[in-house]
Amino acid sequence: MQWRLILHSLTRHRLTVLLLVVQVALTCAIVCNVVFMIASRSTQMRLPSGVAENQLVMIQSVDVGDNQHPLVRHDEDLAALRAITGVQSVAAVDALPFNENDWTSSINTSADSNQSGISVPASAYNGTPGELQTLGLHLLAGRDFLPDEYVPEDSAHGGLGLSRVPATIVTRALADKLFPGGNALGKSVYPWDAHPTRIVGIVDHLLRPHLHGAGANEDSMLFSMLPDDSSVTYVLRTAPQDRLRVLRDAKTVLTGLDHQRILRDAHTFVELRASFFHRDRTMIGMLIAAALALLAVTAVAIGGLASFWVQQRRKQIGIRRAIGATRGDILRYFQSENFLIVTLGIVIGMALAFVLNAMLMRFYELPHLPLYYLPIGALVLWGLGQLAVLGPALRASQVPPVVATRSV
Amino acid sequence: MFSYYLELAIRSLKRSPGLTALMVLAIGFGVAASMTSWSVFRAVSGDPIPWKSAKLFVPQIDMWGPSGRNADGSPPSAMDYTDALALMRDHRARLQSAMYQISPSVVPADAGKHPLNVGGHAVYSEFFPMLDAPFMYGSGWSATDDANRAQVVVIANKLNQKLFGGVDSVGKSVNIEGKDYRVVGVLKDWNPQPRYYDVVNSGGFSTGTDEVFLPFQTAVQADIFNDGNVNCNAVQAESGFIGLQHSTCAWIAFMVELDDAAAVTTYREYLNGYAHDQQAAGRFSWAPNNRLLDVPSWLESQHVVPSDTKVSLLVAFGLLLVCLVNTVGLLLAKFLRRSGEIGVRRALGAPRAAIYAQFLTEAGIIGASGGVLGVLLTGVGVTSVGWVLPRDIAALARVDVSLLVLTLLVAVIATTLAGLYPTYRASRVQPAWQLKSN
Repeated sequence: MQWRLILHSLTRHRLTVLLLVVQVALTCAIVCNVVFMIASRSTQMRLPSGVAENQLVMIQSVDVGDNQHPLVRHDEDLAALRAITGVQSVAAVDALPFNENDWTSSINTSADSNQSGISVPASAYNGTPGELQTLGLHLLAGRDFLPDEYVPEDSAHGGLGLSRVPATIVTRALADKLFPGGNALGKSVYPWDAHPTRIVGIVDHLLRPHLHGAGANEDSMLFSMLPDDSSVTYVLRTAPQDRLRVLRDAKTVLTGLDHQRILRDAHTFVELRASFFHRDRTMIGMLIAAALALLAVTAVAIGGLASFWVQQRRKQIGIRRAIGATRGDILRYFQSENFLIVTLGIVIGMALAFVLNAMLMRFYELPHLPLYYLPIGALVLWGLGQLAVLGPALRASQVPPVVATRSV
Repeated sequence: MFSYYLELAIRSLKRSPGLTALMVLAIGFGVAASMTSWSVFRAVSGDPIPWKSAKLFVPQIDMWGPSGRNADGSPPSAMDYTDALALMRDHRARLQSAMYQISPSVVPADAGKHPLNVGGHAVYSEFFPMLDAPFMYGSGWSATDDANRAQVVVIANKLNQKLFGGVDSVGKSVNIEGKDYRVVGVLKDWNPQPRYYDVVNSGGFSTGTDEVFLPFQTAVQADIFNDGNVNCNAVQAESGFIGLQHSTCAWIAFMVELDDAAAVTTYREYLNGYAHDQQAAGRFSWAPNNRLLDVPSWLESQHVVPSDTKVSLLVAFGLLLVCLVNTVGLLLAKFLRRSGEIGVRRALGAPRAAIYAQFLTEAGIIGASGGVLGVLLTGVGVTSVGWVLPRDIAALARVDVSLLVLTLLVAVIATTLAGLYPTYRASRVQPAWQLKSN
């Protein structure tokens, strides 16, 4: 039978075959892991922030010198910014998803930290009235803050406003963590000692200013606290096509109100997200290039070796043709041979892929390699092998039977 | 004789130009791809001060006790004000400095210009000699200036360009947060990456440069508040910057220079003694649990090297491995076929050594050409890194010459060894036997 013939012939080139198998196995293992890394990284890059990303622009204003009344200053600024044509709404905030200005604080479900309550570290978002609407957060249950619920953040005392704030809006993720069983709406949480803060609303998504790893990325909450630091970020919501003009106008307006202040980080939300992930994008590019290079090198090796073997076996092919093998038989012979080698490589490669994954997991906090990567990897390598061998195999099938009758 | 082998080798390689090109390309490509990725890896993890990093240490003091320790039991990464000042007062290392990050506004003398928001650090005088900070004009301030809370400042070249047009500005005055400071030194462009002296605030890497350095006590007195991270395990009792100084919050980075093993031991003992004293005084209710790590271990413990670059190094190494296996496989396939030729040469009187020499020459040529190609492609790769990668990363990417040499050696040796095995096998067999077959 054909298979026995192939096996017998392969045992004549044990070392070469072995090296080819090793190469296929290494490629299989590395490419599986690389594709997995690319996939998990790009999932992370596509995380929904929860805000109306293509409608937001922002600008940070830093006061120079002692401003005794930051709240008054913010109100003046906001009124002027709201008057810009095309601005739908505007808010002064202290943090935004991806802006890395992360104020993480522990939230308890019980007033006494010694009691058995749940405690979850979460990122606080503080802003002026209208923050919810400006950011475009989607309220699942409850309501926005009422005007009389707002208190100053008291940043001069390290955010002491937290000990007075009456209301908070949490993300669904955080609500489920704090109150796993029941409805979080209306319940009290304790962000500061025994001072109760009521959950008045739940939004479906709001990413934290920093990424904190899968499972903790959406542990955020909004407080009805007014930023009163010397530096504040103004967020403006507008139609996508107006963004750049609005940003320019905002700069002019803010400079007009006080030319001494420092304006920085003026950009659209899309730019903010892009710059937050710029390293990841580079990394994905490098990984894709490396994976493609690996596949190309392996394909070339398979093709190169196959064509070398065809050249070497011209006479044997001629003999087989002379004693009745069809062109199809010869073609299938080389294809089956390749299939066998690649299969062997894949089997070893899969084991190796898991070893590599386990190693990476131990050292670099990577998740488990999902099982479905293996059949996909196998299919890719089988396809690659067959493609690479097709040319040499076709050339082999063209060898005329008459070759058998010629001497060396 | 060598030229004869060379001729034979070239002839043999010419017989299958495709296969030869493939082998050479595989080596060249493998070397270049792995070296280019490695240079990027080095760009983000390279030792920032290789000539001195083993002498620079970061002390950590366990001022929060068991509840405030990291998962691995190590104390907080930064110090509180009390401990930082006590260590500075005791002055037990050859050089040492406490430091905190500042971001004051600088008002240019020219009324038409906007005020600038500049990043910097408040440090002690020994900071500059300890880190070998390169001065363009002037120098750092003195220990007396530290003690007297002198109104002096060291600025970076970048700020000097903005304020004084780049001229020697030593002796001139700069308005920082409303007060005048006398420039005593101008630093050359100095922006070590990772920013090892203050990892806690930069996460290791910072896109901005430190443009202004003020004496620690002067900055504290002038109420130039901390712009870096603050970690607390208890609520601050008092407000503002003063409250931070009186709190147990950790916000101060610390570095010491210890020149030999004896100095390290002495300093370790000193830290333990200090913690014991605090325990005796009732401030700590736990046994001393200090750390004293040198800069490389410190960077490692703070996870400064981003994990993805390590992964990419692994990928790069895999690429080299696959390319080498590839070449060795092709070379073996080619050489194992040539027993007939070996038989003829042996029958004509060639000794085994001659056969070895011939085949090693052939394999060596492939290895060497692959190596040369590898060096060329590495050059192209590292140059193009500048176009592909973001500027901040690309600016740090440099080829490691010693590693490149090592990789080349590995490639050439692997290829040559691949030539050795078939020759060994072929030359063991009786020549007559090989001549008969085929």
